[in-house]
Amino acid sequence: MRQFFLVTARGALSLLAALVLAVTAAAFGAVSPAAAQDGPLRIDITEGVIEPLPFAAPDFVAENAAAQDYAGRLTQVVADDLTGTGLFRRIPREAFISNVTSFSSPVAYADWKAINAQALITGAVSLEGDRLIVKFRVYDVFSGAELGEGMQFAGTADGWRRMAHKVADQVYSRITGEGGYFDSRIVFVSESGPKDQRAKRLAIMDYDGANVQYLTGSGSIVLAPRFSPNGDRVIYTSYESGNPRVHLLNVGDVQSRILPAQMGNMSFAPRFTPNGQGLLLSSTSGSNTDIYRMDIGSGATTQLTSAPSIETAPSYSPDGSQIVFESDRSGSQQLYIMPAGGGEATRISFGPGRYGTPVWSPRGDLIAFTKQNAGRFHIGVMRTDGSEERLLTASFLDESPTWAPNGRVIMFARETQGAEGTSSLYSVDVSGRNLRPVPTPDGASDPSWGPLQ
Amino acid sequence: MTHLSKALIVAAGLLAAACTNPDRFGADGAGGAGANGGYGAGGIGSDVIPGSPNDPRSPAYFNQTIGDRVLFAVDQSTLSAEAQSILDGQAQWLQTNADYLAVIEGHADEQGTREYNIALGARRANAVMEYLVGRGVAPNRLRTISYGKERPIEICSDEACYAKNRRAVTVISFGTAGATS
Repeated sequence: MRQFFLVTARGALSLLAALVLAVTAAAFGAVSPAAAQDGPLRIDITEGVIEPLPFAAPDFVAENAAAQDYAGRLTQVVADDLTGTGLFRRIPREAFISNVTSFSSPVAYADWKAINAQALITGAVSLEGDRLIVKFRVYDVFSGAELGEGMQFAGTADGWRRMAHKVADQVYSRITGEGGYFDSRIVFVSESGPKDQRAKRLAIMDYDGANVQYLTGSGSIVLAPRFSPNGDRVIYTSYESGNPRVHLLNVGDVQSRILPAQMGNMSFAPRFTPNGQGLLLSSTSGSNTDIYRMDIGSGATTQLTSAPSIETAPSYSPDGSQIVFESDRSGSQQLYIMPAGGGEATRISFGPGRYGTPVWSPRGDLIAFTKQNAGRFHIGVMRTDGSEERLLTASFLDESPTWAPNGRVIMFARETQGAEGTSSLYSVDVSGRNLRPVPTPDGASDPSWGPLQ
Repeated sequence: MTHLSKALIVAAGLLAAACTNPDRFGADGAGGAGANGGYGAGGIGSDVIPGSPNDPRSPAYFNQTIGDRVLFAVDQSTLSAEAQSILDGQAQWLQTNADYLAVIEGHADEQGTREYNIALGARRANAVMEYLVGRGVAPNRLRTISYGKERPIEICSDEACYAKNRRAVTVISFGTAGATS
């Protein structure tokens, strides 16, 4: 699936100069598309109007008969990716004045302007044997110019959804100036059965819920899988050996093994180091749970905390210099940051309630967490010094936040109340907007968002 | 917890034992042997049926008459007076029946994050183990494990269910120390 290559289909760079998409530094601001009627096509990630940017995406042109079926489906996935962000609105084709029948024809800007399309996405698809080629272009309708260069992706036909996600990532990136996140995968726990007999197994899927594959059986409890930084491996907790132990699974061949040299009689809550060569985990001896670092190659472990309280749920800063974790050393669960080598920790959570499962944003600026207060659960974010806490969700039970590769979206698990309660996945913008269910075939929990592929 | 009388706890234990199989997690033992026994928690008469809950040497007696589990307050691992009384009975039984081992399973209710609840369950199981060892049970006959919030026995989302899920269950199995890990 990594055989994609990229070819620029057009050399005109001059248009881009005026449309350079600066990455907005306002990471904490609300995400909102500015109605850029006068300026270049762009969504600013700042506080402002919440009006999705209207775009037209006529069905990509099938350049041969074999590609006909793929062309429509590809276009739909591209459009779904964009509208799913809450930042874009697709103009229905019934409103179109003109259509696009050839990828190379000049764009009738006036026709698209008349229906208030701010962006126009055109594409073409051809299929030769098993080789699918997708070309696309993005136009800034109101400026009457192409946005960036045309591009082409080639791959095998069964990877058509990934190619659509790659197109959508490009469009998203060109208009927002942010990195994309559509061509990414989620590893999670698939759940079935009633609460007192729940069967759990690891599964992997595309970020939008497509292409679900199961990685383990449901014979023993599996918990909290985590992707390696490049997505090639998954670490998770399994009760397969009788006790909870951290296992390592290769995504490619779906082979797993228990990691050696785990301290205590239980170990859990693993997370990779930023370089992927080691991991953090929690081990319990007696009543005491502490955090350890393990080198995957040698199995060598280093104890990083040594308090008599519960220390767990560690997560590295993206540069690997610090670790955020939860501890009840103060008497209730709170968030702390310590140097990567261990040592003195600084408490960063001070609001009412309990804080757990901290996860450092891939951008480094925020920490996502689960908060429990007054009988409700929340997913929230705060700056790394604990300031500017914002709760993004509220429900009977929300937990397990995980960041999209671009640090703009958080996925989490929500469990419903009562005897018939089930768990499912949701995503929400870091602004708190665009709360959406993520479809899964069965119940789902403990998502971990992998890297952009 | 303090508002529950010992009788209630024993009753809860009876109900739980009647509707779940104590060894469903592979603690291959005789734990389930008497699970279908009656409510014969009274005195031991001349008509004791071997293996029944009124046979003091039977696992059914341990599970139902003494009580195989103790309950905890929210976010706590402290043993109440009622819990200590049950554990006194467990310790005595284990000393009398030296050919049994025990795995102490710690559990939490669903109100809490997954990782924390595993650690909390470990605290509860360990509190029970330390108490039993303090009452003379050899540590090498005991083992602890935590299931966090993964294995509730009651499924409603009310305190009535949560109270029964915040538990440590002593699962006995026939065997001698060293024979199993």
